[in-house]
Amino acid sequence: MTQHLIVLPVVLPLIAGILLLYQRQGIVRYKRIVSIVSTALLLLVSIGLVNQAASGEITYYALGDWQPPFGIALVLDRLSAMMVLLTSVLAVGAVVYACAGDDEKGSNFHGLFQWQLMGINGAFLTGDLFNLFVFFEVLLLASYALLLHGGGKARIQASVHYVVLNLAGSSLFLIGVGVLYGATGTLNMADMAQRLAELPPEREGLVTAGALILLVVFGLKAAILPLYFWLPRAYANAPAPVAALFAIMTKVGIYAILRVYSLIFGDQAGSLTALEQPWVWWFALATLAIAGVSVLAAKDLRLLVAYLVLVSVGTLLAGIGMRTPEAVSALLYYLIHTTLVTGGLFLLADMIGAQRGKPGTRLVKGRPLVQGQWLALAFFIGAIAVAGLPPLSGALGKALMLNAAEGMQRLWLWPLLLLAGLSSLIALSRAGSTLFWRSQRGTATGKKLPREQWFGVIWLLSAAPLLVIFAGPVSHYTAAAAEQLANPLPLIEALMPDAGDNS
Amino acid sequence: MELLYAITTGVLTACGLYLTLRGRTFPVVVGLTLLSYAVNLFLFSMGGLTTDGAALVNQQQGAIADPLPQALVLTAIVIGFAMTAFVVILAMRARSEAGNDHVDGKKEDRE
Repeated sequence: MTQHLIVLPVVLPLIAGILLLYQRQGIVRYKRIVSIVSTALLLLVSIGLVNQAASGEITYYALGDWQPPFGIALVLDRLSAMMVLLTSVLAVGAVVYACAGDDEKGSNFHGLFQWQLMGINGAFLTGDLFNLFVFFEVLLLASYALLLHGGGKARIQASVHYVVLNLAGSSLFLIGVGVLYGATGTLNMADMAQRLAELPPEREGLVTAGALILLVVFGLKAAILPLYFWLPRAYANAPAPVAALFAIMTKVGIYAILRVYSLIFGDQAGSLTALEQPWVWWFALATLAIAGVSVLAAKDLRLLVAYLVLVSVGTLLAGIGMRTPEAVSALLYYLIHTTLVTGGLFLLADMIGAQRGKPGTRLVKGRPLVQGQWLALAFFIGAIAVAGLPPLSGALGKALMLNAAEGMQRLWLWPLLLLAGLSSLIALSRAGSTLFWRSQRGTATGKKLPREQWFGVIWLLSAAPLLVIFAGPVSHYTAAAAEQLANPLPLIEALMPDAGDNS
Repeated sequence: MELLYAITTGVLTACGLYLTLRGRTFPVVVGLTLLSYAVNLFLFSMGGLTTDGAALVNQQQGAIADPLPQALVLTAIVIGFAMTAFVVILAMRARSEAGNDHVDGKKEDRE
């Protein structure tokens, strides 16, 4: 049974999604129960997977028992187990929040939500480059439909841009994969890493081109500087639980960059080693700078949170650009923190907007809120965590990142990261004082917020203190994951034990 | 044959790219479709071009076509079809919501 555990994060949401199709227009209660049970089971499965991977053992699941490099393999190591667990924690918060009523604003919310989870989990687990493309498409197609959930003019406009850009990105992905296949003759990532070691020199140009095309595609998903323009509008207009789940979508791009360039273009790749590093490093710093400015300019709370996602993307990519195990360990810690906290802030922004009535989430004066104190408290905690002030997890993550920079890197990273933190702080305190303090006139009207919504927000925002309390075990785990990522050889040997004989 | 194939792929890509950069949704959709055709052709040629080769690994002498790109293209075509259908519907909804078919939802300034 335990050997099949690896495939469950893909199969479980698939089955739940199919079950939900039977009641597409039907009983809301049934749909909610199926969706919550499936997501909760996913959480249990991924805790089991992290347990299994924590020992450092690399296991794989050959679909249909076709052994790699011929069949498609799902690979479980510390990094992929961690990402799957992160996804399911985020999903529990988002799906419970959606049960407060957001799921009834369009058809088949829960089914699409489950399929998106399937795509995300598949992208984290797969060990095959073309299969990565397929799972990207699965998660994108579900996200297109989820972004449109509920309809409305702004939402449709934002999703036209989002869909067209991602379709162009998919074409580029296929070109990149095709070039790499043509040059190396394999699609399995571990096999490709091995073949790069004995690549004929005349094909190096081809492989470089393919690798950099893939970097553009992953950069588009991760929202790196010249490719991020779709993000703020799409995230700000998405329904709240969808926006919260989208907090993991940029991390799929970051995971893909980490995985592909540390496994395939690791130390064994000769002159092709770390070919992405200068690009990622400089573009990450530029992303950080532009996001720091944009945060200040946001006139809407949801847009503000969307730009905070962009700040975190810049920070995470700078960690990839440093390419040391310490930096990767720091960035993985920061990744857990930022995904959960920005997810929580998206939910919170929606709750604030719902209580304010007509002004919504726009940062203008409005009436006082019915549950003002509690919302303000939650906002305060989220803002401290996301801006990176002690004592919450953002400060710890940033300190780890700053500490991982060496020599000249410090000169660039320290001022940019700290200034981006400062501008987030200014923007958030301005937003908070407008929303909660400058709105005393008039009487508070509006309904109290449903319990499901409070659960979703508290579930996600409680990650900030918990990540500090359990900082020891978490950072040990991320350090071990980074160590495993820096040495791809055990993974290659685990997938292809007899590779030495026939090459 | 290689030359003809490369020119075809290149022309398709160029047309697709040009149309994708247009301002109205219909040319953009057509452009994306052409782009995906070009990508499919490109993928297909990645195993090397052969004529009269069976897509099988056999022991006898003779030309063998690489079966993997064919399988990949099949997957890519299916996904491309679904995406095209989706983007057509999306473009139509954007047209009816915004009242015009500009990708930004605004009327173009025409003097």
